[in-house]
Amino acid sequence: MRAILAQSNVCLSASMSQIISIKGLSKTYKSGFEALKTIDLDIEKGEIFALLGPNGAGKTTLISIICGIVTPSSGSVTVSDYDIIRDYRATRSMIGLVPQELTAEMFETVWATVSHSRGLFGKWPDPAYVEKVLKDLALWNKKDSKLITLSGGMKRRVLIAKALAHEPSILFLDEPTAGVDVELRNDMWELVRRLRDSGVTIILTTHYIQEAEDMADRIGVINNGELILVEDKHELMRKLGKKQLTLQLHDALDAIPASLASHHLVLAKDGSELIYTYDSQGTRTGITHLLTDLADAGIRFKDLDTSQSSLEEIFVGLVRRDR
Amino acid sequence: MNLPGILAIYRYEMARWVRTLLQSLVSPVIATSLYFVVFGAAIGSRISEIDGVPYGAFIVPGLIMLNLLTQSVANASFGIYFPRFTGTIYEQLSAPLSPIEIVAGYVGAAATKSIVLGLIILATATLFVQIRIDHPVWMAFFLVLTAITFSLFGFVIGLWAEGFEQLQLVPLLVITPLTFLGGTFYSLSVLPPLWQTVSLLNPVVYLVSAFRWSFYSTADVSVEVSLVMIFVFLALCLGAVWWVFKTGYRLKS
Repeated sequence: MRAILAQSNVCLSASMSQIISIKGLSKTYKSGFEALKTIDLDIEKGEIFALLGPNGAGKTTLISIICGIVTPSSGSVTVSDYDIIRDYRATRSMIGLVPQELTAEMFETVWATVSHSRGLFGKWPDPAYVEKVLKDLALWNKKDSKLITLSGGMKRRVLIAKALAHEPSILFLDEPTAGVDVELRNDMWELVRRLRDSGVTIILTTHYIQEAEDMADRIGVINNGELILVEDKHELMRKLGKKQLTLQLHDALDAIPASLASHHLVLAKDGSELIYTYDSQGTRTGITHLLTDLADAGIRFKDLDTSQSSLEEIFVGLVRRDR
Repeated sequence: MNLPGILAIYRYEMARWVRTLLQSLVSPVIATSLYFVVFGAAIGSRISEIDGVPYGAFIVPGLIMLNLLTQSVANASFGIYFPRFTGTIYEQLSAPLSPIEIVAGYVGAAATKSIVLGLIILATATLFVQIRIDHPVWMAFFLVLTAITFSLFGFVIGLWAEGFEQLQLVPLLVITPLTFLGGTFYSLSVLPPLWQTVSLLNPVVYLVSAFRWSFYSTADVSVEVSLVMIFVFLALCLGAVWWVFKTGYRLKS
């Protein structure tokens, strides 16, 4: 696993333009809890990077350190070659953060709170830009509404609008679609794609692994404060994704014949299906050999199907293996 | 310097004040008017002049100071505590703002509010009693300096407090008693010598004395000593705020 991580980092440094560089970052809270253990990670400019991990893995701590909310115990982070502590004005101006919790000034109007965020990040008022952000997020007709009157999904949009108010080049989305309905979630990912297309680098954490599979260019898996894997999404699914061939048998079997033992088949659905797992990238998949052996054993099938493991299955497998 | 950032905090705090105008402005003005009715008109008429000043007029600087201190502390402490309580503090902490700029925004707004309140109470007082201001520039100076100092003190309380109860604890149990015992309604000279000495341990005595001097040129403590004491308290508050931001106490983990 470490080899994969190291290999991917080498590839990155050779070919990509990094916007965030994290070196030897660790965080131990006063309680003694070690939230991060020596993290090394580079984020490429203009990519969508998905950080996956179970609860308490260290995702939010990592994001909070980069944004300046949590102080690191050791290590360094640079954003566009600026150090996040020494050059905090430069780095924070470039970053927008959408927090996990729905925290906002509940008695403020949408317009006021988004304009307030723009000012905090050092930008003078620009009503035209704020209007554009609100329209992009379908919040324009709510601009005079107080936040307390908005639904959870709308409040989530407001948090995104606040994070975008100062025109950041890097956007952190800490589980932005938690508790958001499907339509709004799709709208949000559409917006994220548009932002990426406009050059914004996006780092997101999500529990909806399907989203990472749909959205991300690269995937990082964090568990127990350690980055156990960083990989291009397609490469990851190619390397770690298993493929399965399912054969629907003409006649159900009571047991797998001894002549087929070398194929490590699994009998499913009351003996009516045979499942064969193989590595699609291997030099030999063994499918031809299997089909020949099946014919020799007199086993006939009426249909067949192949499937590849999802990112979710890969993720669960990785985290279990790391325990 | 992040000037838009400072102004954003300042404007936000002032907007919150306007939203709660009844509580933050009308309420103290009514309370103060009642003080004038009770101490000025009802009881004051039976009290002889103090240092040549009619009692009703004598209490005016003290009453302004009473409101200035309590409102400065209340405004600044609530201003910074509320985002901590709701979690919106993440935005200030992740913004390109230096500690000085964050303090300038919150303390500037809190001080502005209490100065406006102080001036309104002064205007209200003129409806009840005749007032003269011998040293208007010094009066304005003490008003601004005290408002800033106690807004800083309130900011520290807002950072220290872990709940609404603690937020109220210091204003109720420390500021109000010290103000009442700090010569708001009397001159120290009417106290027995021992209590006069004890009173000198109360920092509010110096504030009220200096402020009253700017009105009537009479003071319990010399103006120079008062000025030094106010600056000492200001330095202590600045030191506390500096330490909070340096260590991240109650702000960063």
